[in-house]
Amino acid sequence: MAKEFMKGNEAIGEAAVRGGVRFFAGYPITPQSELPEYLSWRLPEVGGCFVQGESEVASINMVYGAAATGVRAMTGSSSPGISLKSEGISYLSAAELPAVIVNMQRGGPGLGSIQPAQQDYLQATKAAGHGGFRMLVFAPYTVQEAVDIVYDAPEYAERDRSPVMILMDGCLGTMMEEVELPPMKELPESPCKPWTVGYDGTKRGGHLITPIYPEAGLEGKNKLAVQRTKRWEENDVRVEEFMVDDAEWVIVAYGMSARVAKQVVLDLREVGFKIGLIRPITLFPFPKKSIANLDYTKVKGLIDIEMSIPALMREDIELQVLGRAPVYEYGRSGGILLDDESTKAAVRKIIEGGEQ
Amino acid sequence: MAVEKVYTKPKCLLPLSSGFCPGCLHSLATKLIAEAIDDLGVAEKVINVLPVGCATMNSLYWKLDMVTSAHGRAPAVATGIKRCRPDALVFAYQGDGDLASIGLSEVLMAANRGEHITIFFANNSTYGMTGGQMAPTTLVGQKSTTCIYGRDPDTMGYPLRMCELIKELEAPVYVARFSLNNPANIRKAKAGIKKAMQNQVEGLGFSFVELLTNCPTNWHMSPVKTLEFMEEHTMKYFPCGVFVDKTAKEGE
Repeated sequence: MAKEFMKGNEAIGEAAVRGGVRFFAGYPITPQSELPEYLSWRLPEVGGCFVQGESEVASINMVYGAAATGVRAMTGSSSPGISLKSEGISYLSAAELPAVIVNMQRGGPGLGSIQPAQQDYLQATKAAGHGGFRMLVFAPYTVQEAVDIVYDAPEYAERDRSPVMILMDGCLGTMMEEVELPPMKELPESPCKPWTVGYDGTKRGGHLITPIYPEAGLEGKNKLAVQRTKRWEENDVRVEEFMVDDAEWVIVAYGMSARVAKQVVLDLREVGFKIGLIRPITLFPFPKKSIANLDYTKVKGLIDIEMSIPALMREDIELQVLGRAPVYEYGRSGGILLDDESTKAAVRKIIEGGEQ
Repeated sequence: MAVEKVYTKPKCLLPLSSGFCPGCLHSLATKLIAEAIDDLGVAEKVINVLPVGCATMNSLYWKLDMVTSAHGRAPAVATGIKRCRPDALVFAYQGDGDLASIGLSEVLMAANRGEHITIFFANNSTYGMTGGQMAPTTLVGQKSTTCIYGRDPDTMGYPLRMCELIKELEAPVYVARFSLNNPANIRKAKAGIKKAMQNQVEGLGFSFVELLTNCPTNWHMSPVKTLEFMEEHTMKYFPCGVFVDKTAKEGE
């Protein structure tokens, strides 16, 4: 299939359409605005619907309504906007509604900066809203991988009846790369499913979709969510292990940082360092085993590299290392990109000096 | 001898006793909406969006497809539903804290987009569910648990007249306020409720019906006293009437 040269935001818009998304509500925010811009004209072409919400809050709630009908629904935003959507994300999880949510992260906290960053790791993986719920969080590192993940995301969301988050950054969203677009998925004529609202041709009486339950019912739902999390941990972990087998030093990095880290691994291998990379593709569930099962008789240290100061994934790494090797971190923050040379120098300094 | 049945419980109201407080007009409004849906024969095409507040309890009473929304977000949720299911009749029944305070943006923007949905707005000048705090519609001088000496406009502003705000927008096709304080007004309200749903059947735009109601529990009055209070105070500040009706056909 022919490759196309596309901007990240637009490519994932097209991937969403091809993956069956037929409703998008969003609000302009840098650096993800090309996503709603693209879908504003593209969705109507395929019989879908785009609404520019009056706010992030309204947009996520429009997605909530659309999802209740069984139509594949999506929204996108960037860090401060995701905070505003957190109420709606919690409600989606509570009401067991599928939705795809893209976060093109920028510097934070607060209004932060409009440049790329990875400062929302904790929000995405630990508490994307109140109430202690979890969701699948994917972290692609190329536009192609983002396309492939967004294309499949609606099916994960429907399988689990849960929101799914694609955690990217402003760099991936606004850079152009070659992509091979997947084919348009066939959709059923009616969006109705046993759990949706809306007349499905059979007279079945009232069906309620709700984020509020009596106490015992809610506790039951909480327990079921724990079972689902276990299933995710057993079946849905995605990770790339790169040159890890004989590694004495292991970098852990995701998204844009992993691209830089991969180059650092290649460069340092050339000058004799035994170094590798563990790249989580799912941030939740976190690829625990890849880190827990390293050969700690060989591994001298792990280095968490992120576009975030402090490195936010570090605690998840340490929970798997359990003191068997030191964990170091290196990053840039606030919207400043990592570059190969400085990152390589920093990693080398850690290896040679054991500097934390 | 055959006896004609002239009155019965609406089919889309479940045969349960009401959990609303004694004398609360939410029960009546809930029934009027159910009757209108029955009259139009559209129950299976209806999707109701529940708000947060006392009216969330309608999930127990209406036999309709329903989606519970976040506080104030019902018009946004209804937007998502209606855009995906244009064949459905989508309505929300929201209280004053839900609609006129935390959800002011959602209702105004849905109205301004001319979403083909129907919003019923129960205005009883208080936050009923949370125990009687000041609402955006609490009258000047009216006491609440967060203004125990009465609403003081110097620091708390004035009660919001939602119909008067929404009627200034271009898109809405029907904006009206009714009071549920006596049988004559209840009959008018029922006709308005039915019209607001009928507009959706006919593919017309945004309809907004405000219903003046009471709260015996938090007004600390007997139900009969609340009806007198409505007549003397509420209805003077919130005048009843049809503010916008763009549904009249040519020549009518």
